[in-house]
Amino acid sequence: MVTLNVNGTDRTFDGDPDMPLLWYLRDELALTGTKYGCGLGLCGACTVHVDGEAVRACQTPLSALAGRRVVTIEGLSADGTHPVQRAWRELNVAQCGYCQAGQIMQAAALLAKTPSPDDEAIDAAMAGNLCRCGTYQRIRAAIRAAAGGRS
Amino acid sequence: MIRTRNVSRRFVLKGIFATGALVVAARVVPGAFRLAAQAAGQTNADRSLLHPTVYLGINPDGRVFIVTHRSEMGTGIRTALPMVAADELDADWSQVTIEQAIGDERYGDQNTDGSKSIRDFYDAFRYAGASVRSMLVSAAAAQWGVAPESCTTAAHEVIHEASGRRAGYGSLVEAASKLPVPRPEDLRFKTRQQWKYIGTDRPIYDLDDILTGRAIYGIDARVDGMVYASIERPPVLGGTIRSLDDAAARRVAGVEDVRTLPSFTPPHLFQALGGVAVIARNTWAALQGRRQLQITWDDGPNAAYETESYRQQLFDAVSRPGKVVCTRGDVDAALASGSRTIEATYYVPHHAHATMEPPAAVADVRDGRAEIWAPVQNPQAVQDTVSAALGIPRGNVVCHVTLLGGGFGRKSKPDFAAEAAILSRDLGRPVKVVWTREDDIRFDYFHAVAAVHHKAVIGDGGRPTAWLARSAFPPIASTFTAGAEYGGDFEVGMGLTDLPYDVPNFRAENCPAPAHVRIGWFRSVANIYHVFAAQSFVDELAAAAGRDPLEFQLDLLGPPRLLDLKAAGLADFWNYGVSSETYPYDIGRLRRVLEVAAERAGWSGRPQGNGRGMGLAVARSFTAYVASVVEVEVGTDGAVRVPRVTQVIDAGTVVHPERVRAQLEGAAVMGIGLARSAEITAAGGRIQQSNFHDFVIARITDAPTQVDVHIIESDEKPGGVGEPGLPPVIPALTNAIYAATGRRIRELPLSKHGLA
Repeated sequence: MVTLNVNGTDRTFDGDPDMPLLWYLRDELALTGTKYGCGLGLCGACTVHVDGEAVRACQTPLSALAGRRVVTIEGLSADGTHPVQRAWRELNVAQCGYCQAGQIMQAAALLAKTPSPDDEAIDAAMAGNLCRCGTYQRIRAAIRAAAGGRS
Repeated sequence: MIRTRNVSRRFVLKGIFATGALVVAARVVPGAFRLAAQAAGQTNADRSLLHPTVYLGINPDGRVFIVTHRSEMGTGIRTALPMVAADELDADWSQVTIEQAIGDERYGDQNTDGSKSIRDFYDAFRYAGASVRSMLVSAAAAQWGVAPESCTTAAHEVIHEASGRRAGYGSLVEAASKLPVPRPEDLRFKTRQQWKYIGTDRPIYDLDDILTGRAIYGIDARVDGMVYASIERPPVLGGTIRSLDDAAARRVAGVEDVRTLPSFTPPHLFQALGGVAVIARNTWAALQGRRQLQITWDDGPNAAYETESYRQQLFDAVSRPGKVVCTRGDVDAALASGSRTIEATYYVPHHAHATMEPPAAVADVRDGRAEIWAPVQNPQAVQDTVSAALGIPRGNVVCHVTLLGGGFGRKSKPDFAAEAAILSRDLGRPVKVVWTREDDIRFDYFHAVAAVHHKAVIGDGGRPTAWLARSAFPPIASTFTAGAEYGGDFEVGMGLTDLPYDVPNFRAENCPAPAHVRIGWFRSVANIYHVFAAQSFVDELAAAAGRDPLEFQLDLLGPPRLLDLKAAGLADFWNYGVSSETYPYDIGRLRRVLEVAAERAGWSGRPQGNGRGMGLAVARSFTAYVASVVEVEVGTDGAVRVPRVTQVIDAGTVVHPERVRAQLEGAAVMGIGLARSAEITAAGGRIQQSNFHDFVIARITDAPTQVDVHIIESDEKPGGVGEPGLPPVIPALTNAIYAATGRRIRELPLSKHGLA
């Protein structure tokens, strides 16, 4: 039995403790904003926040989440107005959009720790998040915009 | 020719339209599309290109519904086509709701591929919008007792300036719905200056849903009572199960069943590949159960597929004469003349589409009917494939199209929907099939591996007087005809036969190559290897002549003119399925994108040597013209940095410039990524890559630092956008590496050469 908090709601899970958070979110809670991309922590599509840190949900078993606070893209802001979401909207970053939840969660975690990252810090933080549409230039620009918007 | 019908009383679209709504169907009738239909291929869906229909309606409350029958995979098409109709309707965009069409032949061709959605449906959406606008104006004019010509429209209102009267569209719907639809020749369209939406940058319709996690892709679809399936497929194409022990799999908590899937009968088409499915209460349990399966396989003849020996086979194939696919002048006489020749052979490996959303589908099959939810580029192919797999009429298959997490051609081929349908029928309950990344990479319809050989007889100024071009690649036809070894008109017509150079003697040949894995369309298709080879070869010719690559290209292209296709030996050129009268091959436009790209990139003052350099390439594909200039820095350790890519496109009339820029930015990233390290190889018929650690796609750190996109302003007919940005990027990169280092890259990926 694992008790955790997802987007502000306490949840109890009594299934396989090895089940990665990704499948718990998607299949059990119907929070499908967190995406499957590789299952090996190689692509970042499943990035969520656990106690404020960006983690790969596909690599995080439920057994590791007892008493932890999980935030997914659905819980990043009440109305889609987190500075990162606003910057993403302003710059029309998304193409197909599939990887963008992971990108946004990764970027939000970066800015929470490093409010004004330089390009090197942005690249280092975002290098684990793949985008097959190739939106990287706008991701970089949106993170700079979100950082500028806060300062 | 487009005819518009009033279908208000006959047509109910899944409860979208309220009673009394005005609904028009704009139908493109035979004539304009005849050539396209001849070029098209396999399915009823393709043939029904003769009858595409656009549905647009307006409810009495004023809400406008526009049905999009093309799939959204990141190009913005779901937003752009409705913008066209909304503009001609003079609608208030905030009052527009976009509905995604199910698969249905009444929409005509729904296969969202070939960069043709705007090209083929721009006019139909204009007619639909203008027809409804005209009917609303007529209704208002009749109500006011004034001439329709004295009324104007703006933002969802009909206005009679002289009397100051205004009426909202909604209030006119009931009266307008009883009016005849205007004849096409009586419709008045906006001038370019009057456009409000066409040519402007609107946020894509689904943007907020994407940013908040609410957007629904195929992998997100849910149906009450559904179970989850993960499938272990034969590792070699055409392999079958020799033995299966599923006892351990069935013991895994959450596993509910294990089922075998039938093997396909050749040709493989879009049929399920066969294998063993583990059915479970959630994805994780299905994956855990799958790991416990004990299967031995009979591999069949494709187990002999080895990338290294196949590469040699392709090189051998292009060293011998092949099937002549284009000829002019006398190449053999020129070759026999004893003049100096230059030749080179180029190689591009298989690639996997690797859409970020892997293939996935939900099926609910009961009582001889199938309902499918899937991220597909071609929902009518789902109808065909599921109908054949289940032996039920095609009309009994309903395919709902979700958003696509990337497509690039992979999701035109709905084998994954067939798997879900077969399992749902067998289990008697709804089933979701999700491919793992490993499944996706190993069981793709791969981009063809190819060898291309060019040989030129050199004349004055290093200009070729004769040119022999040979290409060998396992053809896409092998997916539809077992054993096919020659490319189709469309493949050789993507950068092999249609070389635009002013060379008097030219011959293109296609050499045979059998397929041992599934081959399919990949973004830009055969242009990838043909444009890489041709644009590299032109750069080689320029270097051999000691001439500037830009000046040499322009000299070879010759003066601005429409290419005389007949004189060029291209009388039967497929021209991307459109008429050459409407979409001629315009050397002037090709020259212009090249000149503009060179100027914007700073070609004349470019760095050259000591690890820094610039390369360029140009191509017409999908009826658009694109030039790429790539700037590189190559470190002494072989590290390749790309500070900047300049992309210039002339795609004729552009509906959504901001999305066009996005497509060209993405194409630059994909091109650089393909060239760096990406390669699919086979050993023992098994694909050797499995996930993003060994099939390497571009990360933010690999991508160009800056992609500068420029769109040529044009009133020409709209051309393609999604694909044309990719082909020139790769040779522009390798030509830049040559300029920087003197190293000529003839085989991809770069990682083979100690570069990356």
